[in-house]
Amino acid sequence: MTTAAEIAARAEREDIRKRWLLSTPALVIIFLAGIGPLLVVVLYSFLTPGPYGDVKWEFSTDAWIGVFLQRDMFDDTLGIADAHLSIFLRSVRLSFATTILTLIFGFPTAYFIATRPERTQALWLFVITIPFWTNLLIRTFAVQEVIRNEGILNNALIWLGITSTPIQILYTDWAIGIGMVYVYLPLMVLPLYASMEKLDFRLVEAGYDLYATRFQVLRRIIIPLVKPGIIAGSILVFIPSLGAYVTPRVLGGGRQMMLGNLIELQFGAGRNWPLGAALALTLTVIVTVALLFYVRYAAQSEQRHG
Amino acid sequence: MPATPDRNAIDVRSVSKIFGSGADRVAALDNVSVVIRENEFFTLLGPSGCGKTTLLRLIAGFDFPTEGQILLHGQDIAPLPPFKRPVNTVFQSYALFPHMTVAQNIGFGLEMLGKPMDEVTARVDQMLKLVKMEALRNRKTSQISGGQQQRVARARALAPQPKVLLLDEPLSALDYKLRKEMQIELKRLQHETGITFIFVTHDQEEALTMSDRIAVMSSGKILQVGSPWDIYDKPSERFVADFIGETNFLTAKVEPAEGGKANAILSSGKVISATVAESLVPSGEATIVVRPEHARVVKGEGHLPGVIDNIVYFGTDTNIHVRLDDGGAFIVRQQNTRSAGCGFELGEHVGILIADAAAQVLKD
Ligand SMILES: Nc1ncnc2c1ncn2[C@@H]1O[C@H](COP(=O)(O)OP(=O)(O)OP(=O)(O)O)[C@@H](O)[C@H]1O
Ligand SMILES: [Mg+2]
Repeated sequence: MTTAAEIAARAEREDIRKRWLLSTPALVIIFLAGIGPLLVVVLYSFLTPGPYGDVKWEFSTDAWIGVFLQRDMFDDTLGIADAHLSIFLRSVRLSFATTILTLIFGFPTAYFIATRPERTQALWLFVITIPFWTNLLIRTFAVQEVIRNEGILNNALIWLGITSTPIQILYTDWAIGIGMVYVYLPLMVLPLYASMEKLDFRLVEAGYDLYATRFQVLRRIIIPLVKPGIIAGSILVFIPSLGAYVTPRVLGGGRQMMLGNLIELQFGAGRNWPLGAALALTLTVIVTVALLFYVRYAAQSEQRHG
Repeated sequence: MPATPDRNAIDVRSVSKIFGSGADRVAALDNVSVVIRENEFFTLLGPSGCGKTTLLRLIAGFDFPTEGQILLHGQDIAPLPPFKRPVNTVFQSYALFPHMTVAQNIGFGLEMLGKPMDEVTARVDQMLKLVKMEALRNRKTSQISGGQQQRVARARALAPQPKVLLLDEPLSALDYKLRKEMQIELKRLQHETGITFIFVTHDQEEALTMSDRIAVMSSGKILQVGSPWDIYDKPSERFVADFIGETNFLTAKVEPAEGGKANAILSSGKVISATVAESLVPSGEATIVVRPEHARVVKGEGHLPGVIDNIVYFGTDTNIHVRLDDGGAFIVRQQNTRSAGCGFELGEHVGILIADAAAQVLKD
């Protein structure tokens, strides 16, 4: 005799089986596109470099040691890998600056768009996405054209009498920063717009009604309410900035490397795939740690504001 | 009590507000003038879209008049941004800050005024007590009921002790019983604080029970301002009479009589005495109104003969619908007594007797 409980249990089992079956495509994609490649990279980072690139199937931890330490050419002792460290630091610093600057420029832009009448909003969003139609490399060369010594910017500065000789911007960290802010700005504006568009502007009026000045309304009402957008935008800008390599390559001229360039170098001219893989994983770890801190911080300040 | 200039809380002078232009042009307010006295419970009453919210927004400073002037205690407030006006609003949607607790919401205005923290806390406690919300002070505003949100919105607007409190349909989202409770609370609050309330509603019953004075609005204009009694018993226009309560409209020939009154000759040839709206000289054909409770159904002729075609029982009252012999309709409201029935039957030939001076001649 089957009781109601048994029938319910069987229905539940069937339900679970069906749910697994339905989520199979998603799981396959997550594995093939996400976890699988990551495992390959982990595997490669523990192998020995082959003579012409590629890898030899011999276990080795040299790549991981090489990420942080370097063998002295003359006495064969191990020391801190200064070059790698400074590249790590520059990458984090530039990505951080890029995130802050895109936030500073992106916030008013998104606010402007979100406060337009509905039909014009679509138009402004369209304008924001236009740069995406052009290849990244070409856009970056366009920035180079603007900031090089004989470029528009320096010519304008000289013509205005602000400087008599061209200012060297190209091939400095400044150039990389300018390029990255330009390239990643839309990635900040879009999520910011998405959360501002949901903002109830009656709350802004309520703020003014309760004697808050414009700045206080911004700080106490608008920013806390659009925080999800700020977080999403910051993540979307910070992560690709850390791994960026086209922009630093073109605007940093190979003199100012970032992590992305260092990794690319190992897979290319450096012919050290395991080191490249280990560096790529290091980048992943930096991103993960940064994300964890950021999310934790965001949650905390949420609590503090009550 | 005559309104001397310094006792006027708000003085709205020939204010117009035009939205849009060309084909989209809307005159949300059309040359509106009204004086709101200090410590008064003043109600703006009118149907949806008549410009009530617009007028409040102009007073609060969220919008600017296209024409005209608004004075607060005799001073033009045009140059003041909303955060400098000693006026607070209870919004139609409450607009509580969702990222703050009940207490933080209530303290926000005082904090922005730069009051010291202990003063803010003390005042928040006091307001929480006033609206009976002490127990929920640390809840997020998204986690409390509609009635509680309404209380918080009220406490938040009152905490900074504004000169004038603007309330935009604060009760319309509540169910009937809660609404009745809140009406009493609001009235008591206004009485205790002595703050001038400008209250917006489209519910005529709410307006009549709560207000010291009412302004009836329609399509951007103020049609009549007066006490609930004035508005109900002496409507000056058809719209006002129709919007407030049940009314019988009759056509009659009117002629002036002594004492500022008029004589109205009804379709039946009978003559009744009627009151007249100010500044009106009655003559010729006019519409007169009679409230259902100011007439009686009698056996025999009365002022207007007819046939009963419906009897509607209400608990306290019974409405008797009479089809008049002249083709019109007339409703009489009669209070129920303990004896069963109203004493009349469907199809019965009856007469309607209108109380002395109960009829009012309209302007139109
Ligand atoms: N920002 C605006 N732009 C264009 N028209 C507006 C705007 N605000 C209000 N209106 C128009 O002005 C008129 C009055 O609106 P208002 O909001 O004052 O009405 P209300 O009396 O408060 O109505 P309700 O009882 O529905 O709240 C309406 O016809 C409305 O469509
Ligand atoms: Mg309204």
